[in-house]
Amino acid sequence: MSGFNFAYLDEQTKRMIRRAILKGVAVPGYQVPFASREMPMPYGWGTGGVQVTAACLTPDDTLKVIDQGADDTTNAVSIRKFFQRTAGVAVTERTAQATIIQTRHRIPEAALTADQILVYQVPIPEPLRFLEPRETETRRMHALQDYGLMHVKLYEDIARNGAIATAYAYPVKVEGRYVMDPSPIPKFDNPKLSNSPALQLFGAGREQRIYAVPPFTQVVSLDFDDFPFEASKAPHACDLCGDPGSYLDEVITDDQGGRMFVCSDTDHCTTRQAVGHRGRLSPQEAAQ
Amino acid sequence: MYVAVKGGERAIDNAHAFLAEERRGDPAVPDLSVAQIRQQMALAVNRVLAEGSLYDPDLAALAIKQARGDLIEAIFLIRAYRTTLPRFGASNPIDTGRMAAVRRVSATYKDLPGGQVLGPTFDYTHRLIDFALAAEGLTPPAPEAAPLGPVPRVTGFLDREGLIEAEPASDATPPDLTREPMELPANRALRLQALTRGDEGFILSLAYSSQRGYGRTHPFVGELRIGEVAVEVDIPELGFAVEIGEITVTECETVNQFHGSKTQPPQFTRGYGLVFGQTERKAISMSLVDRALRWEELGEDNTGAPVQDPEFVLMHADNIQATGFLEHIKLPHYVDFQSELELVRALRANVEASE
Repeated sequence: MSGFNFAYLDEQTKRMIRRAILKGVAVPGYQVPFASREMPMPYGWGTGGVQVTAACLTPDDTLKVIDQGADDTTNAVSIRKFFQRTAGVAVTERTAQATIIQTRHRIPEAALTADQILVYQVPIPEPLRFLEPRETETRRMHALQDYGLMHVKLYEDIARNGAIATAYAYPVKVEGRYVMDPSPIPKFDNPKLSNSPALQLFGAGREQRIYAVPPFTQVVSLDFDDFPFEASKAPHACDLCGDPGSYLDEVITDDQGGRMFVCSDTDHCTTRQAVGHRGRLSPQEAAQ
Repeated sequence: MYVAVKGGERAIDNAHAFLAEERRGDPAVPDLSVAQIRQQMALAVNRVLAEGSLYDPDLAALAIKQARGDLIEAIFLIRAYRTTLPRFGASNPIDTGRMAAVRRVSATYKDLPGGQVLGPTFDYTHRLIDFALAAEGLTPPAPEAAPLGPVPRVTGFLDREGLIEAEPASDATPPDLTREPMELPANRALRLQALTRGDEGFILSLAYSSQRGYGRTHPFVGELRIGEVAVEVDIPELGFAVEIGEITVTECETVNQFHGSKTQPPQFTRGYGLVFGQTERKAISMSLVDRALRWEELGEDNTGAPVQDPEFVLMHADNIQATGFLEHIKLPHYVDFQSELELVRALRANVEASE
């Protein structure tokens, strides 16, 4: 696209974002304020992730963009197209081939490597926000490691429901210091945050915050000794590739209560099918 | 056999083509020109350039055309364009005291130097649909008056007597929330920037709430003026300031009651509104909200009113942030929903098991 700099943002802005990223890497889990720019897509649609990706991209990178684990959801398509137009970088749907993966709401099933950066789109970066709406107050709470309110909330969940009633955006503690919102990933994905060889960057455009989990950082989901954290998913195997361990989308197939479960990570599912894995509703089985 | 939903890319392209067709409407109806929008939808253009924070009426008119008349969408287009523009420098502060005003009214004095000048206002029109406008016809020319030269400020009269709080001039560079993340608490300059870019409806409703008692400030419109001011830029190579153009702004200064404090005798206080273009409703609203937000420095009580809470006001005034975040909930959330679904099923199973 002519008239715009590589990856859309001007170099000064990218430098400003990179400084925020470096600070975030230096202080894992700490929310670094940054002068988020107004992007040509709406706030709340990945502007933070897009700015972080733009600041990290080089012409040699291969970009993968997923939303809900899938490469072909409309907003993932739109963001991928944006970088094809503004940066001309190679794109891929294969997790293993990507050097930068921008994601919304999922961590890929395949283990990431030290050559990869995972960029999360973050709507509300503040894990304490719905306990305390004031930014001035929550920043103070982080500074003092005053996380009592969060533990009370989790305790109240257990008192009311017999379990911690948070299914996504499940709060974590990073390297024993900052409580962090992992973005609205299902809690199933939380264990993958910890000790990942890949660099994990989080961008919240509207809220003007960047934070990071550097490679091989300990990330612990908050819990209690007698109510340990549990990474849960639908108790089924994928109906297309048969994987019993991947995160599943539930698809309504008729109005008689019929449903099927398929991998939310589309690349994971197609890769497995390509090497011969089959599920309950795979075409081959259905033809028999 | 289930086939996963594919083809997002083609669906998007087709949706864009459909949108373009709908935007144009019936091709038998003549296309609307940007000049027509700029001239005849001038107040819409003014709102877009004010909340878009970019003084370019032609571009604002084009944005309105592209946005099918959705002003927030048009503001969004302007904002996204604005961020790509290089910044060459900053102008000197505009001097609204030297404004070539087309409108200037004061609610605090019956008459004053420079007089009351109504200008092009809807104020005393009877809101009756003018069916004659539906038929094309020429508008009879309005009588012309000599342009209003620089006129003294109303707050200046009060200032001379010490009846209104002093507003010392400052050469400090104001913060810029488009270049730096907004830090709270925000100083007054930053609050004013956020308010002048803020959504007209939101600022109006906050101001209205203060009038109805939620953070009341007893405002009088000391002065409202609309007109052109010169924009001057210091050119270091020349050693003096050069006028680079003129912009139309609306300025509102309110005069508010103040009972005094331990350190200060009773005197009036100020609320300030300054907005690009002819944007009177917004400028008045802004001055009320500005004044209400100053409760702390003036030693007034915090009554817990929304308009007194700077974080509440500043974090929610921007309609581009608001609309983006609001509308994002129509994006897919099925991963999160699935996890909630499993959680609710598990919790219900617990309850059933314990019964």
